Amino acid sequence: MRITCPFCGERDRREFYYQGAAVALERPVADAGEEAWDAYVHLRDNPAGVTKDLWYHESGCSSWIVVTRNTVTHEILDCTLACDTKSEVSI
Amino acid sequence: MRFTGLRVLKEGLTGNRGWAHHWRDPAPKAEYGIVIIGGGGHGLSTAYYLAREYGLTNIAVLEKGYIGGGNVGRNTTIVRANYFLQGNSEFYSHSLKLWEGLEADLNYNVMHSQRGLINLFHSDGQRDAFARRGNAMINQGDDAVLLDREGVRKHLPYLDFDNTRFPIYGGLLHPRGGTARHDAVAWGYARGADQRGVDIIQNCEVTGIDIENGTVKGVQTTRGAIRAKKVGIVVAGRSGQVAAMAGMRLPIESHVLQAFVTEGLKPAIDHVVSFGMGHFYISQSDKGGLVFGGDLDFYASYAQRGNLPMVEHVMEAGMTLMPMIGKAKVLRSWGGIMDMTPDGSPIIDKTGVDGLYLNCGWCYGGFKAVPASGNCFAHLMATGRFHGAAAGFRLDRFRTGRRLLDEEGTGAQHNLH
Ligand SMILES: Cc1cc2nc3c(=O)[nH]c(=O)nc-3n(C[C@H](O)[C@H](O)[C@H](O)COP(=O)(O)OP(=O)(O)OC[C@H]3O[C@@H](n4cnc5c(N)ncnc54)[C@H](O)[C@@H]3O)c2cc1C
Ligand SMILES: [Zn+2]
Repeated sequence: MRITCPFCGERDRREFYYQGAAVALERPVADAGEEAWDAYVHLRDNPAGVTKDLWYHESGCSSWIVVTRNTVTHEILDCTLACDTKSEVSI
Repeated sequence: MRFTGLRVLKEGLTGNRGWAHHWRDPAPKAEYGIVIIGGGGHGLSTAYYLAREYGLTNIAVLEKGYIGGGNVGRNTTIVRANYFLQGNSEFYSHSLKLWEGLEADLNYNVMHSQRGLINLFHSDGQRDAFARRGNAMINQGDDAVLLDREGVRKHLPYLDFDNTRFPIYGGLLHPRGGTARHDAVAWGYARGADQRGVDIIQNCEVTGIDIENGTVKGVQTTRGAIRAKKVGIVVAGRSGQVAAMAGMRLPIESHVLQAFVTEGLKPAIDHVVSFGMGHFYISQSDKGGLVFGGDLDFYASYAQRGNLPMVEHVMEAGMTLMPMIGKAKVLRSWGGIMDMTPDGSPIIDKTGVDGLYLNCGWCYGGFKAVPASGNCFAHLMATGRFHGAAAGFRLDRFRTGRRLLDEEGTGAQHNLH
């Protein structure tokens, strides 16, 4: 599996740290309540198919990347800087 | 059909023509008392104990593929009771005791082999941690022996004891730990349940869960609708999808875990050896293949196959620990889909829907749990009460933060287990 960093180009998967589902872009406000925080920290859609997750280019340029990926085929469909996609990602 | 030594001898001498199918192949009925979704180890053992312990036999196990095609036939077969935390330790202790009586109970050879498990350590700090774990195991009533370097050498002379990065200081021996033949466990439970009247229905995928006024009414399947008074979800890596049919989101992310086997060799490795610092563990199957594996690939996946970086990592770790392994040729590698929870421990619980029960979150360690999981889940489904050995596996522990079962102590967060 190779991931295309918007800055560094196509790189080996080992250069990246996997953070998990891209929910991290939609952090609830501090007093959003137990349900919202439980959903954010623990509950996952966990789709078999297309998903969006967050990867960190740890051994490269240190950018956070939203990777759109197929969890069944491992095909990578899109890689966009997290700072550019923030508002589009839904939980 | 009962298995006896005499029968095996007779069949051997007469061309093995007398053996029959181990379970029936019934068509699904329109209604059951209990439907179990998922014919893996946990689903089958649940059905078995429901029938054996509670006399409930109007049960169907619905399996979308074939019996043994999921993780129960893809794992590296390690069976142990060396957990540290209360909540986990009594459960795995219960499971190991069930394993020890399983072959007689099922009248089935599951090749349970208590060859001993050795967890290696490589520093003084790690020795202290293993001494503490060993004491916890002994307090739980199980067995543990702290070995020094020479003690390990007696058992495992072929290791590289003077590796510069991870010199071997010693190991924690768990003599009752070992392995079992994974698919025989599935077959044995399937046969045992079938003999008591449970319908094992293969090639039957559940596509919907019928709920009316907060009560489960049955399931939709690729072989038609089936009504049921109680439904248990026991689908391991597919838990997220099946729970979504009941409108639930689970604290689960599915990950791929790989394993490897070499060509058959003469007996070389007599124990299960676990090299935690290298994320590597190994045993030798009765056919002679070295069976080994490592850590998750570490990204959400349903592919049942992994990527090359983890293959390379596992091979490097093997070479680091036991350079002799370089002579063996790897025959196959494969992957299974692990239902990972944030704290790395399982869930056996009711749901918000009356009559709907949930058994999942076994992560990469659910094979050893097969007997106790089915035993405790059957107890919950039959009586509505939590079995004492599995009372800690509650779904709401993540929301409340109370009694999290984070065995590794890394934090109850998805990408840390
Ligand atoms: C490589 C590897 C190594 C492992 N090593 C060990 C080990 O050494 N020791 C250990 O204790 N554990 C180990 N495990 C973990 C262990 O295998 C699993 O935790 C355990 O098998 C999961 O429970 P199960 O047997 O019920 O799962 P499965 O066998 O996966 O059963 C779930 C079943 O549900 C079915 N299903 C899914 N969706 C549906 C649907 N909609 N309708 C009908 N049926 C459905 C699936 O087809 C499947 O057969 C390992 C796992 C892997 C992959
Ligand atoms: Zn980069």
